[in-house]
Amino acid sequence: MSAVPNVPPGPPPGPPSGRPPGTPSWSGAPSHSPGASSKSWTVKLRERGVAALPPDKLLPDGQPTYVASWIYVFGVASIASLIVIVGSGCILALKGPAWWHETGVGHFFNSIHLWSVELFFFAMVVHLWGKYWMAAWRGGRARVWITGAITFLVAIPCALTGYVSQQNFDAQWISTQAKDAMNSVGVGAFFNLTNFGQMYSYHILLLPIAVVALVSLHVLLVRRHGVVPPFELQDKLADAPGEKGRA
Amino acid sequence: MSLLLAAVFNLNHPAHTVDWEFIHLSVANVVVIGLMLIVFVLAILLPFPGAARRETARRGGGAS
Repeated sequence: MSAVPNVPPGPPPGPPSGRPPGTPSWSGAPSHSPGASSKSWTVKLRERGVAALPPDKLLPDGQPTYVASWIYVFGVASIASLIVIVGSGCILALKGPAWWHETGVGHFFNSIHLWSVELFFFAMVVHLWGKYWMAAWRGGRARVWITGAITFLVAIPCALTGYVSQQNFDAQWISTQAKDAMNSVGVGAFFNLTNFGQMYSYHILLLPIAVVALVSLHVLLVRRHGVVPPFELQDKLADAPGEKGRA
Repeated sequence: MSLLLAAVFNLNHPAHTVDWEFIHLSVANVVVIGLMLIVFVLAILLPFPGAARRETARRGGGAS
């Protein structure tokens, strides 16, 4: 017979955080005053998150008037294309190669997936050109620019692994050509482009996670720092008293 | 319909390429690059719908 501790009847003792006994932890009320220091990592993370991105910055209900230009549209066009890519890719992953090659609906979703990728890169390149010529790294936005550039670089192998995962002659041709390229730079042992399983895993799991994570970080940084203003507005802000370094 | 499309987009031949010094591009890629350049220029030049109205409203609201 195992020893059972003698537990007194009544509600369980309260947690050491000072919450009254019987108060559920999910009551919504903060367990400490905002100014008080807490060792809880969740509290620290929340406070850092809210300080970096207050709700009105995270989900703003307006943008500066200079954003009303077609050149600012291509970032969100890239994201819209990415959503279609991920959605159509999920359907293709569910149904498999035989379906996307041999059925009309499969052909349709295969084409949706391909053309949304084309649009994604089209919009992303125009977005990149626009941001390059307006020097979008100004005003402490270096990390915004860097995450965008890395997203572009990571999206390229994401697309390449898709082309070699088609399971057709086109994929065979591209994979053998790309295998030669990988061998020539000494990484062919790590990235075997003729290995469908490895390339498909990269294409539908590892690289999409990286792209979506980078895009999410990029958008959060844009929310934090704001959309880069035109040069002339930055000059005006720099000339205005008390506004130096804002733009 | 498929016959018509096949007549317009006849792919039953080696890809046409543009060769200039070390540059070697398929015509399809050249077309896409050209379209991106056109869209880029148009995005700068074309007025955005409602931009003038918003700018007027902003100037009116901040004229104090």
